[in-house]
Amino acid sequence: MNIKLTNRGNTLVAVLNGELDHHTAEYIRQKLDAEMMKSTTKNMVLDFSKVTFMDSSGIGVIMGRYKNIRKLNGKMSLAGINDKIKRIFEMSGLLKLMPAYDSIDEAINKM
Amino acid sequence: MNPINEVRLEFVSKSSNESFARVVAAAFVSQIDPNLEELADVKTAVSEAVTNAIIHGYENEPGFVKMTLKLYEDAVEISVTDEGKGIEDIEKARQPMYTSRPDMERSGMGFTVMESFMDRVDVVSEVGKGTTVTMFKTFNSVRGRKNTP
Repeated sequence: MNIKLTNRGNTLVAVLNGELDHHTAEYIRQKLDAEMMKSTTKNMVLDFSKVTFMDSSGIGVIMGRYKNIRKLNGKMSLAGINDKIKRIFEMSGLLKLMPAYDSIDEAINKM
Repeated sequence: MNPINEVRLEFVSKSSNESFARVVAAAFVSQIDPNLEELADVKTAVSEAVTNAIIHGYENEPGFVKMTLKLYEDAVEISVTDEGKGIEDIEKARQPMYTSRPDMERSGMGFTVMESFMDRVDVVSEVGKGTTVTMFKTFNSVRGRKNTP
């Protein structure tokens, strides 16, 4: 799994690519937290359009980041949830906590 | 009902073997050609079971995870076993959102995922001895094909 990070205004956009499981979750967690610490970023968009597999470890990572961002009064949204990983999102209840959009642009426009 | 094929596998409790285990499971059940959604369900359930063995069974210490796969005409049974610390209260462990490791940002959804992606999930565990999770799934796409002349 790899991650591409860009800042758009005060929103960090993270494009995840590959398989998100317990093994890769730690790396993603570290990357996201380091970026949130060093920049003036407040909000986060996580893009899943290139994620080919995700299990409940992914839910844990998203929940953890969501809690941190909420503490700082930031907002978080999801983009590009594809058919391969849709079911796990639906059963996790995450979609009740944060909005999900088709594209990164849409997520940023509605932030 | 006798299995038409069987695999027994043992691997070290390294997190990099989580993807190995689910790819093996997917490749094995592909012999009866389930659809992509069913394959994804198996991969996800195996990933949860193996992750549990590594994180909770062995608590990230080295040990061996055993995986047994039995393939039937239109179904699969998968067992994942660790010889780790065992589960004190299985009922509690299976509850959605319960985790013994909130410090590790675990979602507590592992068993819930296994239960909703497979038809049946049985857990046998003894404290200090280890845990076996056995999951069964019928592939409706395969069954449907077999029933069509």
